[in-house]
Amino acid sequence: MTKQSVRLGVDIGGTFTDVVLEVGTVSFSAKVLTTYVAPENAIIDGMQQVCAKAGIDPSAIDQIIHGTTLATNALIERRGAKTALITTEGFRDVIEMRTESRFEQYDLNLTLPEPLLARQMRYTVPGRMDASGQELLPLTRADIEPVVAQIAAAGYDSVAVGLIHSYLNDAHEKLVGDVLADMMPDAMVSLSCEVSPQMREYERFNTVVANAYIKPLMKSYLGRLEGRLRDEGVTCNIFLMHSGGGIISIESAAEFPVRLVESGPAGGAVFAANIAARYGLDKVLSFDMGGTTAKICLIKNQTPKTSRVFEVARTYRFKKGSGMPISIPVIDMVEIGAGGGSLAHVDAMRQIRVGPESAGSEPGPACYGRGGAKPAVTDADLVLGKLDPDNFAGGSMVLDTASSAKALTDVLGDTLNMDAATSAFGLAEVVDENMANAARVHAVENGEDLSEYTMIAFGGAAPLHAGRLCEKLGVDRLLVPEGAGVGSAIGFLRAPFSFEANRSVYMTLAGFQPDKIKALLADLQSEATGFVRNCDAISPILSEFKVYMRYSGQGWEIPITLTEDQAMNPDVATFEARFIEDYVKLFGRAVDGMDIEITVWSVNATTPPETVARVEQDAGLGVAAPHETRQLFDPAVADFVSAGVVLRDDMAVGATCDGPTVITEDETTIIVPSSRIATRQPDGCIDMRIKP
Amino acid sequence: MTQSNVAYQVMWNRLISVVEEQAQALVRTAFSTSVREAGDLSAGVYDIQGQMLAQAVTGTPGHVNAMADAVAHFIRRIGRDNIFEGDIYITNDPWEGTGHLHDITMVTPSFHRGALVGFFACTAHIVDIGGRGFGADAASVYEEGLYIPIMKFAQRGEVDQTLVRIVRGNVREPDQLIGDIYALATCNEIGHRRLIEMMEEFDLADLTGIAAFILDNSRRATLERIAALPRSSATGEITMDGFDTPITLKVKVTVHDDRIVSDFTGSSGVDKKGINCPLVYAKAYACYALKVAIAPEIPNNAASLAPFEIEAPVNSIVNAIHPAPVALRHIVGHFVPDAVFNAFDQIVPGLVPAEGAACLCNFQVSLRPRSDGRAPADARRSEVLTFNSGGSGARPEHDGLNATAFPSGVMTMPVEATEHAGPVIIWRKELRPDSGGAGQQRGGLGQFMEVGAREGHEFDIQAMFDRVHHPAKGRRGGGEGAPTTIVQDDGSKMNGKGKQFVAHGRKVVMAFPGGAGYGDPKDRGAASIKRDLARGYISEETAAKIYGLSPSDIAAVQSAVTKGEDV
Repeated sequence: MTKQSVRLGVDIGGTFTDVVLEVGTVSFSAKVLTTYVAPENAIIDGMQQVCAKAGIDPSAIDQIIHGTTLATNALIERRGAKTALITTEGFRDVIEMRTESRFEQYDLNLTLPEPLLARQMRYTVPGRMDASGQELLPLTRADIEPVVAQIAAAGYDSVAVGLIHSYLNDAHEKLVGDVLADMMPDAMVSLSCEVSPQMREYERFNTVVANAYIKPLMKSYLGRLEGRLRDEGVTCNIFLMHSGGGIISIESAAEFPVRLVESGPAGGAVFAANIAARYGLDKVLSFDMGGTTAKICLIKNQTPKTSRVFEVARTYRFKKGSGMPISIPVIDMVEIGAGGGSLAHVDAMRQIRVGPESAGSEPGPACYGRGGAKPAVTDADLVLGKLDPDNFAGGSMVLDTASSAKALTDVLGDTLNMDAATSAFGLAEVVDENMANAARVHAVENGEDLSEYTMIAFGGAAPLHAGRLCEKLGVDRLLVPEGAGVGSAIGFLRAPFSFEANRSVYMTLAGFQPDKIKALLADLQSEATGFVRNCDAISPILSEFKVYMRYSGQGWEIPITLTEDQAMNPDVATFEARFIEDYVKLFGRAVDGMDIEITVWSVNATTPPETVARVEQDAGLGVAAPHETRQLFDPAVADFVSAGVVLRDDMAVGATCDGPTVITEDETTIIVPSSRIATRQPDGCIDMRIKP
Repeated sequence: MTQSNVAYQVMWNRLISVVEEQAQALVRTAFSTSVREAGDLSAGVYDIQGQMLAQAVTGTPGHVNAMADAVAHFIRRIGRDNIFEGDIYITNDPWEGTGHLHDITMVTPSFHRGALVGFFACTAHIVDIGGRGFGADAASVYEEGLYIPIMKFAQRGEVDQTLVRIVRGNVREPDQLIGDIYALATCNEIGHRRLIEMMEEFDLADLTGIAAFILDNSRRATLERIAALPRSSATGEITMDGFDTPITLKVKVTVHDDRIVSDFTGSSGVDKKGINCPLVYAKAYACYALKVAIAPEIPNNAASLAPFEIEAPVNSIVNAIHPAPVALRHIVGHFVPDAVFNAFDQIVPGLVPAEGAACLCNFQVSLRPRSDGRAPADARRSEVLTFNSGGSGARPEHDGLNATAFPSGVMTMPVEATEHAGPVIIWRKELRPDSGGAGQQRGGLGQFMEVGAREGHEFDIQAMFDRVHHPAKGRRGGGEGAPTTIVQDDGSKMNGKGKQFVAHGRKVVMAFPGGAGYGDPKDRGAASIKRDLARGYISEETAAKIYGLSPSDIAAVQSAVTKGEDV
């Protein structure tokens, strides 16, 4: 190539909009405050900043990849359009009745989250499909028209359609869609058979409702953004990061905006996967800790683990079941209320509890000196010597250690008879243990043993806690990459174009139908490939085939990956052997004499991953000299010890430093525990391992 | 507080996480729908005395005390000298396990550096254990299925194949049951591995120190809550349908300095049918009711449960002894909290809810090819079990929850999944307007369900409903919840309990009960009444007659709904 490729990654987060410009191998980044009223303003601002740094004109940008929390926030804050649902008679309340259970057993005053659409916004039509996709009751235009007339008269802007068993037979939903197009040409329509053709009515209906609810907002935003970028002289294509860690066109994003939910954290996982590839690591735990939450994701064979359903907008202490399920292909992450701003208190058992309440940016932790009186994780980090009060965020803010100590003593120490340092130690240990527990449970849910994993840590608060977390999880190696503060935006630039299409179709191995399978998978492949081809006209497109299988009678499927040959020439013995192999790997033993069934079929079309140069791992080439020492609390001896302070920029490639050491940089601080030794790698990563 | 207490804090958190992992492993590997879909299971870790240190929070309060007491029975029956590394124990004894033969409980001793350091136990509700099948029709426990006394499933790692063959030979779904038994063993094994990792990390030789820390703190916290209550006692009562004769639960709740006693003297005697409740299961729900009211955030363990005591005459409905039939003990068990609340409300007014639907609205359908005409070639036999909920009672500050389980916490199954399980069709599953008892706070709505079979099939329905004749009663002037109704679509009458035939082409039409109201409906806020009317939680008639909403307000609400506005 004669011309260097110029690419822009943009991540709109809750507080900051991160912009990363890559010109060939050189990158420039900017962080600007998110502008809620018109989010595109922050993007333009950030883009101008990085273009100025790079000395290029926006018209020179070849590609823009954008991820955003706007879709998530619209769902959390209920800022969607005036939306109606049309569903099957007898099932008006599916999205309200949920699983009919309480997500918290021990709260008499529990309230359940309200559905996105109140009951009067949910309309029904007759007609019914059965579980084999056959029509039990007919549905005619004459049945639908009076319902649509009511909806039109009420002035709804967006309409969701979700009918029972539509993932098997979409004829009735399509008919409703036709009538809507005829009678309400200006309304936006979302059909569940297109947005999320998967079994389980609660998840599917909720997903199509969520899509319809945010569609007008996102369509308008994406249109404005494109206009503004064109005004700035941008001529290239604009793409969106989706929840599954791939990239889709701006048109697909506007049609299926629910697929943008959690696209920022997905970018972080892609970022970690790319670093895993640099080091040839097959088992990686990514750990992203910011101001209010920590996100943990398993990355196997340099591919983030994905799932078909996740929960957004949890309303009750991040508790499972307290949000709304969205069934779309998504990078599978566990998110808990543990960040730098998470606040601590003492409960009835005289146990220290941390989070999920957060100090936010106002008033912030006590050490910000803005009136925060409760101790936050950052206060503990400061008192324990992990943070330098005079060099926080590149020296842009001076932290007040005395206020931290007072908050810790007032809220924890006085009750538990501990001094400020011990209180801080207790707080830090509890939050680290919370994160470790979340990681452990997530690993078990996925049948993984974390002791074989390497951790990759990013996000502002992660490098302060990652070393201790590794000790707790028995993880031997930790990588802290450069650019940790804008990891998601960098991740966008590493993501392939991809689209996953999937369908729920039941088939037992006893009733195996090779021809039907061939047709189904070919259909899914052409659907998925079509989306990707829209984004990239020339690259080869790879197809990844996955089927979800289980013993008949079980409730949890396990994903089975098939080669193209296995998928396109389906053979019952191969399907059975592949299932047994993976089942035994996960759960120890096969169960003899049971029929096996396939429930979901999926094809992921993707452009080939960027080839990543393996980083050479230099052995110790000298020792990085600390420029000063400071008192750092060492959990291993439960006391303060003298620790060297090293500037990350001062560490030469291959240089090492023994823990306890503090490695500082503008964006964050890396704590090397006494059990570890850190090496600077050629790509800038700090590589932390157990001392020999 | 010393440094080691920071370590103990971490270890306590860790143990709770260990049992959550243990429970999760069971959900992932189980076959029975009751475990994997509905969450009817429990898991816990114990010290060498058999005292429970931590328990997973799952869908089943009924397992709480039963599990807490079970391990002590295992230690006694197996004998301390007979406990070896690699052993796995099993039982489904209703009286030493968790209340009926359909719950399998398994216990695994945990050894570290060659010494016994503790136990793991787990329990799960399995779909079939032989006998008459899951239902109330048995006259004694002998008819309810295979009984497995406390015994070794494996000794020093060696599985007892004789036991496996006997189990296989006595149940309808042998592969599923054996699969579930192995899943239970796997889940204890996962717990054990995590415990040993923790003991190595903290260099512990035994659990004595951490056990004392957990139990002392939990005991102290629980006793503080009890000490804050008035020293008094009160009696509560509730009457339910029973199988064919009504059952009354009477309970006197007494707050002492250091414990709360629930005395069920005066309750009905054992029933002829399988809805009797072993004491341990009634105790679990009595304890749950009090704990959720006064000490909800204190984790369940031997010390936090101990101050909640129960007394009941032998051979009463809540203290049925062998060989009384107990398969559907959950029906009586689920009514215990409402009875306890009726008493406790007199001790601490304004804390507990009004009565709710109480027991789950479960039914099982046994489908088969039609016998009254030619069945299609693909007609088949199938057993389909569903879990459903009525409305919960209104709370002092909040409405009751619509179609949500209380006191049980299990989940329903998706209709689309149920229809894949067999040739059944659920024609309707939606909220039941006007079923929530009126009140300043409204009771939760019940739900409508209609069930039929696919063309060419007939079926038996095994009904497990209550509150047909005894709807939920309101508190402080709140109105009753709507009663359960069940009828065929041609008008044929049906009963709330028992196995009943449904001919080809017929549907069963059911309405599940609402929760009762709290406080006088006249005091309900206008905004809530209008919202309820807009959503159709209440009818126009109810809004006008019971809540006194004016015709102009009603017209305004109806106009807003027409315009698609939220109210």
